[in-house]
Amino acid sequence: MTNAFAAAGAASPSAWKIDAVFLFITGVSLFFFLLVEGLLIYFAIRYRRRKASEDAATSDVKSNTVLEIVWVLVPSLAVLAFFTYGYMVYRDVTAPQPGAADINVTAGQFLYEFKYPDGRTAMNELRVPAGRPVKLIMTSRDVIHGFFIPDYRIKQDILPGQYTYLHLQPDREGTYDIFCTQYCGVGHSTMRAKLIVMSADAYAAWMARGEGVKAAMSLPEKGKALLEKFGCLGCHSTDGTVKVGPSFKGLYGREVHLEKGRETIADEEYIRESIFDPGAKVARGFPNIMPTFKGSIADDDVAAIVAYIKTLK
Amino acid sequence: MAEDTAHFAGEEGGQASGHVSPAVAYEAAKLGIWTFLATEVLLFGGLFTAYIVFRLKFPEMFHKDFVHLNRLLGAANTVVLITSSLTVALAIASIRKGKQQLLKLFLSLTILLAGVFLVIKYFEWTEKFAHGLFPGTDIFFSLYFMMTGLHGLHVLGGMLVLGAMLFLAGRGRFSESYHTPVEISGLYWHFVDLVWIYLFPLLYLIG
Amino acid sequence: MTETTANGLAVPENGRSRGYLDEKGFRSWALTLDHKRIGVLYLYTTLFFFLLGGIFALLIRIKLMYPGQAIFSDQTYNVLFTLHGSVMIFLFIIPGIPSGLGNFLIPLLIGARDVAFPRLNLASYWIFVAGILVILGSLFRPMDTGWTFYTPYSAKTGANIAFLSFGIFLVGMSSILTGLNFIVTVHKLRAPGMTWHRLPLFIWGMYATSIIQVVATPVVGITFLLLAMERLFGVGFFDPAKGGDPLLFQHFFWFYSHPVVYVMILPAMGVISEVIPVFSRKPIFGYRAIAYSSLAIAFLGFLVWGHHMFVSGMSKTASIIFSFLTFFVAVPTAVKVFNWIATMYKGSITFESPMLYALTFIFLFIIGGLTGMFLGALATDVHLHDTYFIVAHFHYTMMGGTVMGLLAGLHYWWPKMTGRMLSEKMARWGWLLTFIGFNLTFLVQFYLGFKGMPRRWAEYPPQYQFLNIVSTVGSWILAGGILVMFSNFIRGLFRGDPAPANPWKGLTLEWRTASPPPTENFETVPVVTDWPYGYAKRKPADDG
Repeated sequence: MTNAFAAAGAASPSAWKIDAVFLFITGVSLFFFLLVEGLLIYFAIRYRRRKASEDAATSDVKSNTVLEIVWVLVPSLAVLAFFTYGYMVYRDVTAPQPGAADINVTAGQFLYEFKYPDGRTAMNELRVPAGRPVKLIMTSRDVIHGFFIPDYRIKQDILPGQYTYLHLQPDREGTYDIFCTQYCGVGHSTMRAKLIVMSADAYAAWMARGEGVKAAMSLPEKGKALLEKFGCLGCHSTDGTVKVGPSFKGLYGREVHLEKGRETIADEEYIRESIFDPGAKVARGFPNIMPTFKGSIADDDVAAIVAYIKTLK
Repeated sequence: MAEDTAHFAGEEGGQASGHVSPAVAYEAAKLGIWTFLATEVLLFGGLFTAYIVFRLKFPEMFHKDFVHLNRLLGAANTVVLITSSLTVALAIASIRKGKQQLLKLFLSLTILLAGVFLVIKYFEWTEKFAHGLFPGTDIFFSLYFMMTGLHGLHVLGGMLVLGAMLFLAGRGRFSESYHTPVEISGLYWHFVDLVWIYLFPLLYLIG
Repeated sequence: MTETTANGLAVPENGRSRGYLDEKGFRSWALTLDHKRIGVLYLYTTLFFFLLGGIFALLIRIKLMYPGQAIFSDQTYNVLFTLHGSVMIFLFIIPGIPSGLGNFLIPLLIGARDVAFPRLNLASYWIFVAGILVILGSLFRPMDTGWTFYTPYSAKTGANIAFLSFGIFLVGMSSILTGLNFIVTVHKLRAPGMTWHRLPLFIWGMYATSIIQVVATPVVGITFLLLAMERLFGVGFFDPAKGGDPLLFQHFFWFYSHPVVYVMILPAMGVISEVIPVFSRKPIFGYRAIAYSSLAIAFLGFLVWGHHMFVSGMSKTASIIFSFLTFFVAVPTAVKVFNWIATMYKGSITFESPMLYALTFIFLFIIGGLTGMFLGALATDVHLHDTYFIVAHFHYTMMGGTVMGLLAGLHYWWPKMTGRMLSEKMARWGWLLTFIGFNLTFLVQFYLGFKGMPRRWAEYPPQYQFLNIVSTVGSWILAGGILVMFSNFIRGLFRGDPAPANPWKGLTLEWRTASPPPTENFETVPVVTDWPYGYAKRKPADDG
């Protein structure tokens, strides 16, 4: 699919889909621009007051209902088209991709920390293999930051105390800019990172070489150690046994039945909330006695716990 | 043919809108105060919105915290304010019949009751502080202090306005035919009372 | 000495008296109850802040010529863009047309002697000044949050936010009281015979504006109050560590700040609706459509605030709803544009400075509006949000729109307000430089944004430098144009030719009284028998 914007082919499917929307809106807008501005300029010239007709009375026409209806309906149809196309592509590029690798992003004044599934962390450098979708799970240590990949045409704000997500489909190899787009303090305009898309082979080689700060354990391993350390396994099993609390086996992504007839999906946000504010969503049939770990478990550790729970299918 | 419907006559009583007829000035004042009360609804509306948002998010916290509020004092304040709405209505009724002394009496009573409200509020708040409950303690108390605080400021403002009315009444500015400022002050006061009628159950009563 | 024209209205002759300007002395201005003087006070104040905000802008653009560290520190830059936005928005654009031109003209246009509550009007002005002083006072520890003050950064930063919040609260209070005054004035003080459908369209625009001001501003008042409380007392509505939500701040903030852009544009559109028929000598086309579209814009404007938050972390469902509603605000706006152009059809058009600026408004606002289409659409907004595309979009609508409308109004009503004529020659030079400079400055920013340059960046990667230099050069030309324009204003105050009562041969009521008008506006209150756009029935010579 060709697009008029990307100079040498789009970096990602999201880029060419969004560029197509740009093209559409530009085309329709250009048409109306030329028509309306054209009429404005044409009328200004054509009906300028000339010496000869200085004293002539002008037309008394004051309204035309048909015209009013037409120029309400036509723009309405145009904007409806803009909305619809914009919505469809938006839904597409923000949808989770199957088989996506999870990468945790922690933003803080003024850098991005990327945490890979094997536990290593890298500052300001996100390496991914081409062809495999990636889900970025992002949170902030302090204030709101932005995460913008111009070449992919996508961005998402990063919030403290919550997770936000970005779904990437890295396609073309290369190095791409990542910019912070939400003012965060004096270092805002130097808060930048790089997205490095490598071929599958190069990526495998890089993984084997162990560059970047490699943690002693992988993320899920660290998560398991934390569950033991904080005594979670006293009330929660990992093999399906129902103890004082629900089992973690198969928990991630499942629909959870809560008290008072409510339902929710057990995603990252749910697990994090259960750790910090257990009384907010109590699973049906279980007592509301889980203590809060606010202040004892750090945000980074929550990510490890989530990663471990995900492995318990 | 060019009819002059406006004249400068500053009336007995002296309206600022000396450029319009008394009937128009009265209509304008009524529309003005209702418009102002609409803005107040939106001002408090922001806080009520925050209340709803956080109540839905943290029902436990609300359950747990509201018992710390002094329902007795809150109820007393409710009675005080409702009575003050009665007295201000009586003040207006009085001046509508030209009764200057009753006007001043009822205005004074209203101001007194407003003062009582603020004193009770003072005791309530200091009691909270003594128990280590502050605006920063948690979201429920943030809401409690902010909502009652903003309301209290409006009570204070009302006292000043009614005080000004009392002062002008003492100067003989109002009469059977002209008492617009008293009426619009009364409307403002009823609004202040109404806000409390919503605040009290939301904060003190529903768990 | 008065004379009576053919239609029976008494028009005082311009003698030595300069009407409402006669009485001299500081107290006669500081304690005035005359809406015209209050309007003039507002105009002086807001135009001062326009120039101040403009100086901040020039400094910003100078730094942006260089991609890295240069000229002054990044932190100074961050303070400058915050000041530029806050000063321009709160101290110039929001009060500009409403409190300046609105105050002066609303009673004149409806045939009243003053607004409904003159003392409240004076209080509004002094509350505005108080707010300004508090805001300036907060500059001892200047803020760098951007004019949007997003939490948690604004709750944590070392600046004097609580002080500043209080100042903004006062400025907001001033605009609420002005709006309230105008609503009551339009409802209750119209001259005999002035039915709603004989109201000039500037009044319709101002009426819709006043409704927005009265409904929306209290919300920003409480927002800033809550921000101040967060800093002073640890209240945690917006603090995730306390269970609060930073997005709640954004919702509260934009619930006001989106409608407020309609407070900015509706009065300007009202000015255009007055100027186009006069300088085309034709009735306004689609009077009712234009009148009601103002109300439609005011209403719809309250439903779309979330389009500032598509990438904020707000739910996708909410984003979809806001995107859908956002597009429909464009429709009544487009209706106005079409009606203005239709007014020019078969007219007899002249290009004095008010008309130049009115036509410029239409031209530039169309660009601003069409670029908004990219921002309302979800897929494209995800790319463009928080980039220079947004900066260009809002400068086209706010400066290409509102400021051009203000300038059209200033040039149009200058003779009425001051009793003097501006120099047309200087006005045209000022216009030309402003037009060229404006477009050079901001047109390239659309492209910069599309290519990914974020906003509020003191430094940037070198690939963006060339267009930044172009934009800065544009800002110098723009500054030149503003300088010429303001020189014209100053000259016009003291040395302009004396203005006749009706230099543009307009039909609205303000032209039936002297230039400048007497304090009581009209010798005798007019009785209205027709709408004010009946140009076609009369030849230009009739209104001599």
